[in-house]
Amino acid sequence: MSAANASGNVIRKYLPVYFVLLVIFFVEVFLSFQHFATGTLVVILLLLALCSASLGLMYFMHLADEKRNLLLTLIPVTIFVLLMMNMFWSDSVRLLHMRPGAQ
Amino acid sequence: MSESEMAVQGHGDLMEASPYAIPSRKLTMWLFLISDAVTFGAFLFAYGYIRVSTENWVRPFESGSVINVIAMTVILITSSLTVLGAVDAAKAGDKAKTMKFMYSTMALGALFAALHLREWFQLFGRGITLSSGLFGQTFFTITGLHLLHVISGVIALLVVGMKYSNGKLTPGHVESTGLYWHFVDLV
Repeated sequence: MSAANASGNVIRKYLPVYFVLLVIFFVEVFLSFQHFATGTLVVILLLLALCSASLGLMYFMHLADEKRNLLLTLIPVTIFVLLMMNMFWSDSVRLLHMRPGAQ
Repeated sequence: MSESEMAVQGHGDLMEASPYAIPSRKLTMWLFLISDAVTFGAFLFAYGYIRVSTENWVRPFESGSVINVIAMTVILITSSLTVLGAVDAAKAGDKAKTMKFMYSTMALGALFAALHLREWFQLFGRGITLSSGLFGQTFFTITGLHLLHVISGVIALLVVGMKYSNGKLTPGHVESTGLYWHFVDLV
């Protein structure tokens, strides 16, 4: 197989991932114009963003083809740190209702 | 083996194999990307905090802006596909094909940056700037950080592509730059 054909094949190979990423993005745009409660919308959009990121990491960035050690070293700690950042949501809602220092 | 022998002969034989089985360049790029992801995460969560806790949040985007953002996102996702082609062509040793894909990726990145700046200038025209309030501060900081990444990526692709075609860099360098570009796309 020539180098040129190989390059063509890799694009064809990853086209399904490309289209799925586009579909997820258009679903996100569509949902953001629907009348969901803010909290519900944030959760749905975060889950869709997680799906997009997973697809990009595993296929475009080839993490699925690397040794599992790499994935286990990098991803759980990143998810943990990002999840820890979610602790302050309740405080932002408290601020919205102007109850500084409320229990 | 004594310490003096190790100093003279090196101690590569005594070290265990890398548990990740990837070049240190690629591991370094992964570590950078993880730290960058957490940085973006912190900015985005800070934006969310301010957004939720602020009543009457500014909503300056009209339908034209939404179409602009859709075009920008499609362009960036497409550029991930072209950089995949560049990495694959580099691994196959096809320098001409690699450069073709690299230039395509750079063009898409430059187009994204141009649309991004157009969006910014439209907001400037409506009086929304970095110093005009919470929305301007958070919006321009986060999108500015991303734009900085895109512009850096275009420059990196240009430099790495030129050096690769001159034989000064290896396909591994193209792959590491590709990893960075995919990250910029995902953000």
